[in-house]
Amino acid sequence: MLEIKNLRASVDNNEILKGIDLSIRAGEVHAIMGPNGSGKSTLAQVLAGREAFAVTAGAVTYQGRDLLAMPPEERAREGIFLAFQYPVEIPGVSNLYFVRTALNTIRKQQGLEELDAMDFLALAKEKMKLLGIDETLMGRPVNEGFSGGEKKRNEILQMLVLEPKLAILDETDSGLDIDAVRIVADGVNALRSAERAILVVTHYQRLLNYIIPDHVHVLYNGRLVKSGDKNLALELEEKGYSWLEQGAAA
Amino acid sequence: MKETMISDSSMQAGRGRSQAPAVERELKPPGTRPESAVEEFVAQDYKYGFYTEVEQEVIPPGLNEDIIRLISSKKGEAKFMLDWRLKSYRRWLTMEEPSWQNVHYLPIDYQKIIYYAAPKPKAPGPASLEEVDPEIIRTFEKLGIPLEEQKRLAGVAVDAVFDSVSVATTFKEKLAELGIIFCSFSEAVQQHPELVEKYLGSVVPHSDNFFAALNSAVFSDGSFCYIPKGVRCPMELSTYFRINARDTGQFERTLIIAEVGSYVSYLVGCTAPMRDSNQLHAAVVELIALDHAQIKYSTIQNWYPGDKQGRGGIYNFVTKRGKCLGAHSKISWTQVETGSAITWKYPGCILQGDHSIGEFYSVALTNNYQQADTGTKMIHIGRNTRSTIVSKGISAGHGQNTYRGLVKILKGATGARNYSQCDSLLLGDKCGAHTFPYLEVKNSSSTVEHEASTSKIGEDQIFYCRQRGLSNEDAVSMIVNGFCRQVFKELPMEFAVEAHKLLGVSLEGSVG
Repeated sequence: MLEIKNLRASVDNNEILKGIDLSIRAGEVHAIMGPNGSGKSTLAQVLAGREAFAVTAGAVTYQGRDLLAMPPEERAREGIFLAFQYPVEIPGVSNLYFVRTALNTIRKQQGLEELDAMDFLALAKEKMKLLGIDETLMGRPVNEGFSGGEKKRNEILQMLVLEPKLAILDETDSGLDIDAVRIVADGVNALRSAERAILVVTHYQRLLNYIIPDHVHVLYNGRLVKSGDKNLALELEEKGYSWLEQGAAA
Repeated sequence: MKETMISDSSMQAGRGRSQAPAVERELKPPGTRPESAVEEFVAQDYKYGFYTEVEQEVIPPGLNEDIIRLISSKKGEAKFMLDWRLKSYRRWLTMEEPSWQNVHYLPIDYQKIIYYAAPKPKAPGPASLEEVDPEIIRTFEKLGIPLEEQKRLAGVAVDAVFDSVSVATTFKEKLAELGIIFCSFSEAVQQHPELVEKYLGSVVPHSDNFFAALNSAVFSDGSFCYIPKGVRCPMELSTYFRINARDTGQFERTLIIAEVGSYVSYLVGCTAPMRDSNQLHAAVVELIALDHAQIKYSTIQNWYPGDKQGRGGIYNFVTKRGKCLGAHSKISWTQVETGSAITWKYPGCILQGDHSIGEFYSVALTNNYQQADTGTKMIHIGRNTRSTIVSKGISAGHGQNTYRGLVKILKGATGARNYSQCDSLLLGDKCGAHTFPYLEVKNSSSTVEHEASTSKIGEDQIFYCRQRGLSNEDAVSMIVNGFCRQVFKELPMEFAVEAHKLLGVSLEGSVG
């Protein structure tokens, strides 16, 4: 589904990704772990099409297409979803209206009929129930005045409504208490299927107790320095990241 | 009360602010390549710029007492009207065009303007719709304002003004059953001279300011509305202004009187053809609310804004003011200003009655080379009077947007309260936002609050929307509409939808 080859990216001439190779197939869950500043969020944002990052080398193929040539909205319409680490506030725009507009834009692309307000509300309510989200959240402006936990749950809610093919979660667990982590994990697990792939970017192993990954990769100083199965995450939890330094320096 | 305290010539003096004199605007070529999402979004064509070929009656250009007598005689006016016009003209001759506003334009040659242009009537006397030139009916239909009975917007009565005259007023008879008078200003002068004589100039005196004096001398038509005691007007009343003829100015007057305990919601829309030359629109609107009466006045101003290089467009110099004459009366102004090359207007409220309420909700958008200097005046005279000001300015392209507002609390206004909020949103880095709030408080028991913010539309916000599948245009439109929500929710439903669309249209191409 996603093929990343020798991807290099920089911001303000400062190279952050220094040659990433990664292959994700449909049905798989991959986790990318790494210390602060290793380039995890950059990778997530580059895949989503953030223009602040300049891709200087490499190629990314998504469902057989050149992903890097697609503008962000086209990537979204083709099924790529990024759960933001810092969800953005849009004052005056109701969450309900925002998510419905997004869904209908994507449905249009897929040749499906747009959902009217009533049908959409029914769908949103079902997903909100699953995530234990207070229904009043939908009537409020997008992320405005939301608590940190509400913002993250709102991302997962959007993900469940939009049903992406490739979901990228950028540190969705950070700043959440254990109950909230479990709710987020339930949401992600509900989305798991043979046609979808999920890329979880996280600093901590904790989330991976609830979302069991097929593959775990360690990102260190702009490179994937180690890959393994779910046990690698446990190993990292135990040893921390410092032991990787020697490997990375080589 | 001295006139200068409330007149629209009064925002100039003694504020220690030197204003650049009106000079020729520097026109720069437009950017060859849109640099950001915002710029690309802001460039889109004006959709109402067509011209209608009709047989016209046009008087020679220029202004003198003979021209004023000619206009008055064309209207078959009583002597009190002619006298008032001449008094205004003589006053105007002694006045100077204001230069304190933060807008720049070439001097206007008042002798080159045509002060009266009207489609030729097919038969003398008041025209029924069958007698209106079908071209004109088609014009309004094209603008989304059907005048024919079966196509009328349900629940909205329309007075359609074409250049210098009102061509049709819908639902007149139905409203008359409730005692509501809704007609053209000319008809009011004929049919209800006592009301006109009593209230004309009672809120905006003929000497108020340069443009109001000019209007008082030459105004040719407009709308008149009278809501009798205790009547709640069952439909939205509206006037649609269309400038069509070349080289003419449009000078209309609106007078709305809400008797004790009555309610009316009034709407105004306006458009004009695309031309390379500038045209002047200098209107006056007066609202009077008696005890417990309520007037809600909404404007969607979409005059031709000029082209992308700043050529052409309407000069919109307008004086709008409401007087809360009675206790517990309320006047609300809601305006969405997206058109005109220059907008100069300060719809205000004189809060004379105790416990009266004034409100001003504004969205002003300037794109390309548009300039807006707009805001409000809230004059608190009565006890426990309250006012609310919410102003949202959006600047794109090379647009310059100024909020100018006066809150004045007089000695007797015990317990008066004001809340002002002025927010500016910048799209791109060649536009400007300016805020000039004036506060004059002479009563220590009053409360005045002012909040202001300026923000640039965030790349973060745009990216967030695009990541959810929205196009660049839709993202900016959504963010801008969200920014304006506080104002849009004050508009009547159908017009909120219009405003929403209009904002998208006026901004399209400004993002990149």
